[in-house]
Amino acid sequence: MEDIVIIGAGVTGCSIARELSRYDINITLVEKEEDVACGTSKANSAVVHAGFDATPGTWKAKLNVAGNKLYPALCEELDVPFKMNGSLVVAVNEEEVNALDELLKKGKMNGVNPLRIIGKDELHALEPNLNPDARAALDAPTGGLVCPYELTIALAENANQNGVKFWLNAPVTDIEVMGDYCFLVKTPKGNIKTKYVINAAGLFADEISKMAGAEEYTITPRKGEYLIFDKQFGNMVKKAIFPTPTKISKGILVCPTVDGNIFIGPNSNDIEDKYDTSVNAAGIEEIITGGRKLVPNLPLKNVITSFAGLRAVSNTNDFIIEASKLVKGFINVGGIQSPGLTSAPAIALMVKDILQDAGLDLKKKKDFIPHRPKKYRFRELGSEERRKLIEQNSAFGHVICRCETVTEAEIIDAIRRPVGARSIDAVKRRTRAGMGRCQGGFCSPRVLEILTKELGADPLEITKKGPGSNMLVGRIKEFLQDEGGDQNDN
Amino acid sequence: MITKELVIIGGGPAGLAAAIEAKKHGAKDILLIERDSGLGGILQQCIHNGFGLHVFKEELTGPEYADRFIKELEEIGIEVLLDTMVIDLTEDKQIIAVSHKKGLLQIKADAVILTMGCRERTRGAINIPGYRPAGIFTAGTAQRFVNIEGYMPGKEIVILGSGDIGLIMARRFTLEGAKVKCVAEIMPYSNGLTRNIVQCLEDFDIPLLLSHTVTYIHGRNRVEGVTIAQVDDKLNPIPSTEKFISCDTLLLSVGLIPENELSKMADIQIDNVTGGPVVNQRMETSVPGIFACGNVVHVHDLVDFVTMESRLAGRGAVNYLKNKMPQQKFIKVSPGSDIRYVVPQLIDAENILDEKQNFFMRSTRPMEKARLFIESEDGLIRAKVLQHIKPSEMINIELKKEELANKDIKTLKFSLQEEGVDNGN
Repeated sequence: MEDIVIIGAGVTGCSIARELSRYDINITLVEKEEDVACGTSKANSAVVHAGFDATPGTWKAKLNVAGNKLYPALCEELDVPFKMNGSLVVAVNEEEVNALDELLKKGKMNGVNPLRIIGKDELHALEPNLNPDARAALDAPTGGLVCPYELTIALAENANQNGVKFWLNAPVTDIEVMGDYCFLVKTPKGNIKTKYVINAAGLFADEISKMAGAEEYTITPRKGEYLIFDKQFGNMVKKAIFPTPTKISKGILVCPTVDGNIFIGPNSNDIEDKYDTSVNAAGIEEIITGGRKLVPNLPLKNVITSFAGLRAVSNTNDFIIEASKLVKGFINVGGIQSPGLTSAPAIALMVKDILQDAGLDLKKKKDFIPHRPKKYRFRELGSEERRKLIEQNSAFGHVICRCETVTEAEIIDAIRRPVGARSIDAVKRRTRAGMGRCQGGFCSPRVLEILTKELGADPLEITKKGPGSNMLVGRIKEFLQDEGGDQNDN
Repeated sequence: MITKELVIIGGGPAGLAAAIEAKKHGAKDILLIERDSGLGGILQQCIHNGFGLHVFKEELTGPEYADRFIKELEEIGIEVLLDTMVIDLTEDKQIIAVSHKKGLLQIKADAVILTMGCRERTRGAINIPGYRPAGIFTAGTAQRFVNIEGYMPGKEIVILGSGDIGLIMARRFTLEGAKVKCVAEIMPYSNGLTRNIVQCLEDFDIPLLLSHTVTYIHGRNRVEGVTIAQVDDKLNPIPSTEKFISCDTLLLSVGLIPENELSKMADIQIDNVTGGPVVNQRMETSVPGIFACGNVVHVHDLVDFVTMESRLAGRGAVNYLKNKMPQQKFIKVSPGSDIRYVVPQLIDAENILDEKQNFFMRSTRPMEKARLFIESEDGLIRAKVLQHIKPSEMINIELKKEELANKDIKTLKFSLQEEGVDNGN
């Protein structure tokens, strides 16, 4: 019997798993997808928000500011790149300038510090590519950048090192409440008996809550589309540039990534289908228009890819983080939309407190490992370090992804690490192989070959992103026989 | 630190021809660096024939064409490092490369020839809406899977773009028993060589839909189909013409981009139109002693022209190594009406090698018949009638040294005038 089953391996579920892995309890994390960070955590703005935007008094506001403060140490501990580059909210007309004052007030109430408004000259000196009409901006130096899937993967790896079991490709099909603090969580991979269930199922949290007979709420997917530009334009802006926000969204940003690209997006459209991560022509138009409002000369010819993500918006419009009053032992962590990424470390601490209040005895492990296994990023190293690495392991001398300079050793490591990669996209998220300007054109056959070798699999079994997404459909000549062609044809 | 007289980066057709030519003309200490496990570059996966008509007066397959050069390279003894990737190049010709056998290598060269080739444009570059499932491949990646690895990336295929690799793969997939449903080309004319349209599409009854594009990719895990639509004369899709075509694979053959990451590291000047370095009459870039040839300079449609250009770069590098002569006054070469680009972009007329100069260029649109004018600021140098002009088929013109030298001209302009049409030029 497990103490805890966590449902959902996004940044929320993995943060909770990693936090709880400090204690002497048995935890299993179940995830419907083939890898961690496959939902909202994979496709968002990747900004660690300062916290001026959320309505004072909400969980969003409290946990945002608290989470923001936890980031530097957490990322340091887990060796996850994090950059506190600051955020700017830009006003282009008088009305927006007034709105900045409101935002400043809100930010101060939320406890964001430092926070100030800067004038035109200072703004344009900071960001020379900005729209010349930009008049003023709210400057929040504590805004930062993180790679959301890299953080989620790091949390999962470290949780796994500390004993958390991961069941991937395991969608929860039913939750049987066997009594107070006693559940049977059912998945196609098997059933798990547990005392507590933590529902961190993102877009599907409403369905999971209903399954257990806990409080009912709804999660609406709110789509945001993005375009990413080639790294050669990585210096277009230095800070995350926000427009003056509207009621439902922080607006379309022009923003660097921690890995050195620039993106524009997201727009914000409520949809029905929780699996609809398609990008639409109208959406692309919308984000280009929005992006140009901030930075008129966007290098549109150097877009390397587009994607869409879905925010998990609850009907309360705030995070829902509470022990169920209806079902003892069931804890909802739902409606984690923006600033969910920023809040995740604080949410994990809050969930720990909820568990303790519910009576779970949390004793610290003596042998907790705070760091994940050393990860090498060949592209970031100097010549001497590179030379030494290749001497130790010659696979570091074999560059597989030329755009991002990813070596064979890094790809093998990504497969062998805790909660290791099992697909082309999982390798990509762990190493950046295939994320550059050629988008895997060169490296994907080579990554497929390494996966085949490492997993002892047939190339036909290797997928892009889990079941049903096989890269290859057959051997050559196979289809000729299928169709009863000339069998004597040599 | 290793020192070399001449380092060539890239062992495809350009690097092979340049290395051999340099050796034949007196370069002694040459190193050829190739990141793959064998020489020949992308030719090794081009198992169809049609290579070598100009250079060998024969029709060879890609591997056969490459093999002739590889054998010659071995015979004349040129040092080669395989499985070795150059990761840094500086303006003073210092190179850092890595390999699993030799570790990290630091090399100082007297001269360098860049022959890194090109890469394929991707879906992101053309922004096709829809999902991001498995089953979207660039034509070259699919070609590698089929011809090198022996696997089929798909069974029911739609091809976007009529570039030559896409056309070749349409035939290849058909011969392997897959169904190629159509080739959609956004332009009102095809983007491949005429012979490929005939031999790869028409001979197999594969429809070529001109003025069509893919407007949506369907399928969450694997491609389930695409929506295609006709485009108007501004290339915008016409919604009422949209139709769904089921398929498990979308192949992209939407253009090639010279691969100049190393050139940019060395601060080499890049031509915005070609995407490759600006070069002079001996294929030297803006950095003295660094040369470039083949698809890294501009995308060719025939490997034979790559070979010709690369031999010139090989001789150019030797010419530099022998006397290091500074380049003299340059004639600036520019494209005029209906010419998209001309290579080389600069000519030092007094120092043209071997008494003649080749110019490669592309038209901006197809024309049945046109007159090519080559003019300096002093007037017409030569005019020539050309037939069946297509942007996809490179125009190659040779000028004699005496047509350019000793005339003190500063500019050279190439322009096309369609015959029978007065466009006011």
